Amino acid sequence: MTYRLAPALFGLLALGAWEATVRLAHVPVYLVPGPVAIVAAFFSEPGGMLMSLASTLLVTLTALAVAALLGGGMAIAMALSRLAQAAIQPWAVILQVTPIVAIAPLIVVWVGNPFASLVVCATIVAFFPVFANTASGLASAPQDLQDLFRLYGAGRWRVLWLLRLPAALPFFLSGLRISGGLALVGAVVAEFVAGSGGFASGLAYRILEDGYRLQIAKMFAALALLSLTGIALNAVLGLVERLALRQR
Amino acid sequence: MLEGIGRRFADRGTARGVEALADISLAIAEGEFLALLGPSGCGKSTLLRLIAGLDRPDGGRIVWAGGAAPPAGQVGFVFQDATLLPWASAAENVFLPLRLAGLSWDAAKGRVRDALGAVGLDGFAEARPHALSGGMRMRVSIARALVTRPRLLLMDEPFAALDEFTRHRLQADLRALWLQAGCTVIFVTHSIYEAAFLARRVVLMSPRPGRIASEIAGLDQPEGAARRMHAAYAALVGRISARMEEIAGGDAERGAVP
Repeated sequence: MTYRLAPALFGLLALGAWEATVRLAHVPVYLVPGPVAIVAAFFSEPGGMLMSLASTLLVTLTALAVAALLGGGMAIAMALSRLAQAAIQPWAVILQVTPIVAIAPLIVVWVGNPFASLVVCATIVAFFPVFANTASGLASAPQDLQDLFRLYGAGRWRVLWLLRLPAALPFFLSGLRISGGLALVGAVVAEFVAGSGGFASGLAYRILEDGYRLQIAKMFAALALLSLTGIALNAVLGLVERLALRQR
Repeated sequence: MLEGIGRRFADRGTARGVEALADISLAIAEGEFLALLGPSGCGKSTLLRLIAGLDRPDGGRIVWAGGAAPPAGQVGFVFQDATLLPWASAAENVFLPLRLAGLSWDAAKGRVRDALGAVGLDGFAEARPHALSGGMRMRVSIARALVTRPRLLLMDEPFAALDEFTRHRLQADLRALWLQAGCTVIFVTHSIYEAAFLARRVVLMSPRPGRIASEIAGLDQPEGAARRMHAAYAALVGRISARMEEIAGGDAERGAVP
């Protein structure tokens, strides 16, 4: 129980120290707003904030779903065929090391549709962990078990369905958890780069706009919302992982 | 029947590779319990994999009584690890070979129950591997090998990782299962006691390259608890040990042992 409370207490302590410092040192709110000012900024416009959150979340979740389907699917294709593996592997790595900040403007121009371009950017960022984890999960089934399947005349589809996919599930889920955080980061980065040429409604866009207008408390409120979203996303995916693997 | 089996593994260090098995010839009778006994690295596991069809020999051939190699399900294999599916229950693990043979659960569940009962795991059908002890996991593995009623059962040091008490119990149960089932068993082990207790015939192998060094007839009587206590068993262990010493000594003279 002490260990459950420790992070919350530490957080409260840090927030208290922050608020005290800001007040005692008379730091102007346009430089560093205190926690109270930030919460107040959120409640000055809660509907708009939550709408922005919904917009960013929609991009994030769509990108995560696409990354899971694409990453999982390509990992399975690689597991089934050496040729597919040789064809896909180097491109997947290239996709991973490509800095999204550099190509996001191009993607925004090429894709045209703002929502789709944001999803494409976030998917590129989120793709690799779920792909790489699933691939190593599919390869993780012990050799003896693969031999056993061979002994009983199982074809590669049976081996895939009864052995390799179940063996890969925990890997896929932990990859999904990493990709979840990255999808959010990718969505934010893409919104930043796209600026007003993008969706013009997400949390990142709001951070950008409030920064220009010196609405620093609002900017921090959007930032805090983003962090909370990241934590919630991580927790939900962690819960999915635990529920799915409860039986093992 | 094995005729002049040879197997060589590629090795970067040597041009010709490592010779794992050289000129192995061995006739195995239907229904016999054969122990392949030898130190680590004598190729006994390799030989077992060749018989199972999991690997191919570089030389020689395997001749089957029926002509062709037995179809899937006629050969059971028990590995050193239980190699169970960790996400599946004991019953689902035992069901696996029948499932791969195309049987539905409804058609197979009677046989699965019988196989679990034969290895003394009544009441553990729903248990997952992580909830079972090492010995019980190995029992599931044996039930999985027996559920197809194989003509040939291949076992690769299945009890080597278990504690001595569990090992003794499993050996006794395996011997009883074999007497009852009547299938051919080829049992790889590096334990002289295990080979002496289990087998009707003990084949001694020596390493570098793996080859058959000698053969000793096993014990027919007594069965049951008296077997391990019997003077004939102790004498057999002594005989095998002495023969192993001779073989190792001969190897040392030829410089085969570093």
